Amino acid sequence: MKVLVVAEHARGRLNPSTARTLAAAKLLGPATVVVFAADPGPVAAAAAALEGVAEVLTVTDPAHAEPRAACLAPQLAELSLGFSHVLAPSTTFGKDLLPRAAALAGCPQVSDLMAVVDARTFKRPIYAGNVITTVRVPDTVTVYATVRTASFKEVGATGDAAPVRAATPSASLPTHTRFVRLESARSERPDLQSATRVVSGGRGVGSKENFAVVYRIADLLGAAVGASRAAVDAGFVPNDLQVGQTGKIIAPDLYLAVGISGAIQHLTGIKDAGTIVAINKDGEAPIFEVADLGLVGDLFAVLPELERLIVEARR
Amino acid sequence: MKVLVPIKRVVDYNVRVALKRDGSGVELAGVKMSINPFDEIAVEEALRLKERGVVTEVVVVTIATNEAQAQLRTALAMGADRAVQVDPTGLGEVQPLHAARLLKALVDREQPGLVLMGKQAIDDDCNQTGQMLAALWDRPQCTFTSRLEVSGSVLKGTREVDAGLETLECDLPAVVTTDLRLNEPRFVKMPDIMKAKSKRLEVVPAASLGVTAPPALVTTGFAPPPKRSGGRKVADAAELVSALRDRGIL
Repeated sequence: MKVLVVAEHARGRLNPSTARTLAAAKLLGPATVVVFAADPGPVAAAAAALEGVAEVLTVTDPAHAEPRAACLAPQLAELSLGFSHVLAPSTTFGKDLLPRAAALAGCPQVSDLMAVVDARTFKRPIYAGNVITTVRVPDTVTVYATVRTASFKEVGATGDAAPVRAATPSASLPTHTRFVRLESARSERPDLQSATRVVSGGRGVGSKENFAVVYRIADLLGAAVGASRAAVDAGFVPNDLQVGQTGKIIAPDLYLAVGISGAIQHLTGIKDAGTIVAINKDGEAPIFEVADLGLVGDLFAVLPELERLIVEARR
Repeated sequence: MKVLVPIKRVVDYNVRVALKRDGSGVELAGVKMSINPFDEIAVEEALRLKERGVVTEVVVVTIATNEAQAQLRTALAMGADRAVQVDPTGLGEVQPLHAARLLKALVDREQPGLVLMGKQAIDDDCNQTGQMLAALWDRPQCTFTSRLEVSGSVLKGTREVDAGLETLECDLPAVVTTDLRLNEPRFVKMPDIMKAKSKRLEVVPAASLGVTAPPALVTTGFAPPPKRSGGRKVADAAELVSALRDRGIL
């Protein structure tokens, strides 16, 4: 088994999704991590220190300053020769890139790999996680898979660093796809995808202004902020906070759902959370079917009270 | 410019699917079927481009047996100009790479300036076909798009990515896959359903497209997801705080 893992990174930092993908790779064999970047140095060093990494390949090109699938896929498909498996995180980065590379290599792809049964057999969810299938990849092809990061815990760093080597794929980069800009609501809060605590608000929060109560309790708990699709559609918060089938799939230790009724598409994004707490005024809301702790009540009365009690408890 | 819109017939968004009793698959008998919601958004976007005068013809295509003609007719009723059914009878289950190869063959025949399609089907949740088609066609892909402008020979698409909103500029022809917030599809009106009956629906046997079937994944099992049992209700914030402390969370 030789496993190639595509590193996801931004602004010189390795995304935690890579360490989670490596946890899946570890079940298959030693991993080679490939870093496509304009300046791969810091990211390659971070990857080289992670558990299960045998080697790091760097592909340096100014064009990779902003990752675009059309540029990465031909190089990735070329580098994948000689590997039995090619894995990427099932984030928007990996979902965009991997099918393009798989198609060039003539291989089918396993999306959202959630468990490894054996080297060619995996479990993955379909129908928004309401059914889990077991699929087998034929022996004749390289296994291409995106890894459902919520199903795996990040591997840690080891004492010694794996060797880093420059790779120079010959595939030429297309010029037909150009990066224009990234609008990112950067915040000092923890990253939603990797946070150990998340507070999410839904339609019940009522408005963009009211979302302040969600941010307040999140800051008090050191939590990331998330939202249901309804809250994003209503314009309360930006799209990158959406949790669920078409948003982010997360696995925090604590998930506090505020004013979220709990549509199936939302629940599929939080199934792997440690403790789910729901606050909703409708006692029949489906969120209570999965919540470990449920509180039926008006969130605008409950949250200030909760805030006061948490502060008090810390004194 | 012509737009090709691949659509898929799937179990309706509102249906809670169940496994067959013998565990051999998902129960589809008697279940309401619809156009995959992301594909419906793609159809709507194509129609809006036509209404803005950017596009001259909207062609919807599906790779499915005859039952999916109902979904093609719905797309025609929404306003698409004509439909193509690629009939895969005899080919077994068509997975994303196979679908992408069939669509590529159709793209060669139809020569669209744009392919607009859903980012994923809500049945297999693969999220692959658009990217695979773009790869085989060697053209740009703009996936998970929530805003689209087309002018002249380029498109500008805003993508919903984990870090926020990314805007790409792509030369045409290109593949755009749609996200939920791109638009809200129109409702189909009765007279349009009648009109759609006279629109052209061409059936193309998949075998006639000269496509080699790629190696496919073999599904060996279906199971319900691990159940998360609900816990208990607490009376007030004080009880919640003490329960969280008991669990070592606070």
